[in-house]
Amino acid sequence: MSEFRLRFVKEGRAAWISHLDLLRTFQRVFIRSGMVIRHSQGFHPHPIMSFVLPLSVGQTSVCELLDFSTVEDLPCEGMAERLNPYLPEGVRVLSCAAPVHPVRDMRYLEAEVTLEYDNGVPAGAAGAVTALLLGDQVVVERRNKKKQMVDTDIRPMIESVAAREEEKALVLSVRVQGQNPGVNPALLAAAVGRHLPEMKPDFVRVRRTALLCEDGSPFC
Amino acid sequence: MDQRLERILPRVQKPARYVGGEYNAVVKEKASVDTRVAFCFPDTYEIGMSNLGMRILYQIMNDMEGVWCERVFAPWGDMEAELRQHHIPLYGLESGDSVGDFDVVAFSIGYEMAYPAVLNMLDLSGIPLRAADRGDGLKPLVIAGGTAMYNAEPLADFIDLACIGEGEEELPELLTLYREAKREGWDKPRFLRAAARIQGIYVPSLYDVTYHDDGTVAAITPRDGAPERVRKRIVQDMDKAPFPVKSIVPSTEIVHDRVTLELFRGCIRGCRFCQAGYVYRPVRCRSEKLLAEYGAAACEDSGYQEMTLSSLSTSDYPQLLELCDDLEAYCDSHHVSLSLPSLRADNFSMGLTERLSKGRKAGLTFAPEAGTQRLRDAINKNLTEEDLMESLKRAFSNGWSAVKLYYMLGLPTETDEDIIGIAEMANHVIHCWREYASNKTRGVRITVSTSWFVPKPFTAFQWEPQITREEYERRVQLLREHMTARAVTYNWHDGDTSFLEAVLARGDRRLGRVLETAFRKGAHLDAWQEYFDLSRWYEAFDECGLDPAFYANRERKREEIFPWSVISCGVGDDYLWRERERSRETVTTPDCRTRCSGCGANKMVGGVCRV
Repeated sequence: MSEFRLRFVKEGRAAWISHLDLLRTFQRVFIRSGMVIRHSQGFHPHPIMSFVLPLSVGQTSVCELLDFSTVEDLPCEGMAERLNPYLPEGVRVLSCAAPVHPVRDMRYLEAEVTLEYDNGVPAGAAGAVTALLLGDQVVVERRNKKKQMVDTDIRPMIESVAAREEEKALVLSVRVQGQNPGVNPALLAAAVGRHLPEMKPDFVRVRRTALLCEDGSPFC
Repeated sequence: MDQRLERILPRVQKPARYVGGEYNAVVKEKASVDTRVAFCFPDTYEIGMSNLGMRILYQIMNDMEGVWCERVFAPWGDMEAELRQHHIPLYGLESGDSVGDFDVVAFSIGYEMAYPAVLNMLDLSGIPLRAADRGDGLKPLVIAGGTAMYNAEPLADFIDLACIGEGEEELPELLTLYREAKREGWDKPRFLRAAARIQGIYVPSLYDVTYHDDGTVAAITPRDGAPERVRKRIVQDMDKAPFPVKSIVPSTEIVHDRVTLELFRGCIRGCRFCQAGYVYRPVRCRSEKLLAEYGAAACEDSGYQEMTLSSLSTSDYPQLLELCDDLEAYCDSHHVSLSLPSLRADNFSMGLTERLSKGRKAGLTFAPEAGTQRLRDAINKNLTEEDLMESLKRAFSNGWSAVKLYYMLGLPTETDEDIIGIAEMANHVIHCWREYASNKTRGVRITVSTSWFVPKPFTAFQWEPQITREEYERRVQLLREHMTARAVTYNWHDGDTSFLEAVLARGDRRLGRVLETAFRKGAHLDAWQEYFDLSRWYEAFDECGLDPAFYANRERKREEIFPWSVISCGVGDDYLWRERERSRETVTTPDCRTRCSGCGANKMVGGVCRV
């Protein structure tokens, strides 16, 4: 038996594959590649595999992590080459290693939140947006456990925000809490739309770039 | 990906069905192809990707060098609204290119209720609906195939041609001709005249239809060398027909999310109401060993862990036992679950079901179709209540506790006694359960479902009227009153769709105007209850001055020329009429394996069917 943590990219068309569908896809990918994944015991065995931090539909990522274990002992080397021919377009394994950190040690995620403005970035947007997101509080509507929309302050979950202006876009490099509690970086854009209506972007893209431990070192 | 598309995707349900990029999707270099086919399925992605015919033809077309076939499905309402609002034309999933720019726009049409979606997809592609409005340029060539095209008349104004029968050989021949035409710069009329010479190709515009005063067809006259009769195409040898071992695995869940193994085409049974049973004749089987190989290879390539055997009547496959032995060996060692739908109620089938169920006791489904032996004989449904009860006895004593029974109301010659017979049969099932159930504490669930019989072309009942709506509702009510047992759930099919289906199934080309009018009034995805609205159709009939009852509820005379008379499915009208007469006399016809009854389909395979 071997345990693995797969690092992969999810981008392009694959951004639209949901979390559950991606799980199903990986189950089939392992079968196609001839690898036997360890299954749970019991009446309805299911393959033991899990994503460290699920990604919202439509967001892209260069740092997705999938944990799984195989029945036989296998080397990490060559895993990417072995799996990549069987993946749908837009999913690509970068590397594979034995897990170093337990999932509970994952603390922060970094992402690029791109606010697109079709008529050009409004004057002063970089400063205003940064000030908003690093201000005293950042209230957004969020679904609670009872599935009601309630106002929540997400400021405590925002670690850092840096804005840079590109052509017709403001790119925010953000670091936010990943879990316990975590915040979806898309909510930062929602906060801009709510509190700076004149700077509401025409479209928002989110690209996850890193998962980190408490001390800021890469979670791996 | 188109940036406009990217912006609407976050707002629609299940966006994965609109982006392509699945495992095994075929992407070709545009410079390497000269002919682009948009293969359109007039229903959603989940339905279309579950269609085996679509997968077979996708592979065949893409195996042609120089041809690139892409898939297009009907968008759900939310996506359609976004596409229209943002002026994004319908696109091929593989390239994202607009359907309007393709050479060939090919529809696979399984049933009549998909017609509005065909019009809607043309419209969403920016292609003029009517063939006559598309000019003389060769492209886009709009074609259609599939079972519904045995009567293509309601779509006659909109398609350039229909492919009748099986597409495996027909479609490559047509595409080869198209490429020649494109190379040599033919216009469309010239191409259509040449295409009409290919067996199985029906070009509606090359036939003039005249009508009697009473609205029935007076004559169908071919022009420009088009054949008097268009004979359907079939694959002679199923072992030589390609099976899509390496097929697209959707990244999102579809309806039939599994490997589907097609055992044979055709059916030996000859149920008199069943269009598929007649038009897919003659029976042609795949070899058992080949099937076992395909099954294993398809599981390995796809990673699917579910396999189903498919055919019109699976238990009639001659080497079913050997095949299950072979497949079971593979499936057990690879954690693949194997299922067998369309089984008959007999001991052999029950034995197989038990063996393959591996302890899972999902519900059993049977289709007696009619409540009394007399009516079952009249429709030639070779199932006796005794067989059914024997099967159920066995099933209940082995722990099964859920049974679904399917029937039709409004079958020709049906009386109230036949309808009450359905309720009685359900009661017999309960008694059988009380007597034989191994575990009574779980209770029993019996579901009886009835649909409203729709007479279809190329069946023994093609001359028959559909009973009126009032009569259908009366019969449903009658059955409800007699369905007293609490263990029985009774579901009946909503009448609106079945009525329209009956109109379109035996419609003529005058219905084109009705279709277009209904489409303009908002009929877009009418195969779905969410979107179907019969009142739109009534308005359309009114505006076009046509009476739907003329199509649905009229009994035809033997000598009437049908709108589909120009098509030949291999089974002759004389035979079908004979079957109709036998039905009236309650005389059954033996299955093809017991005795050939001379339907005529044998001529398509050189005189002798290998049943």
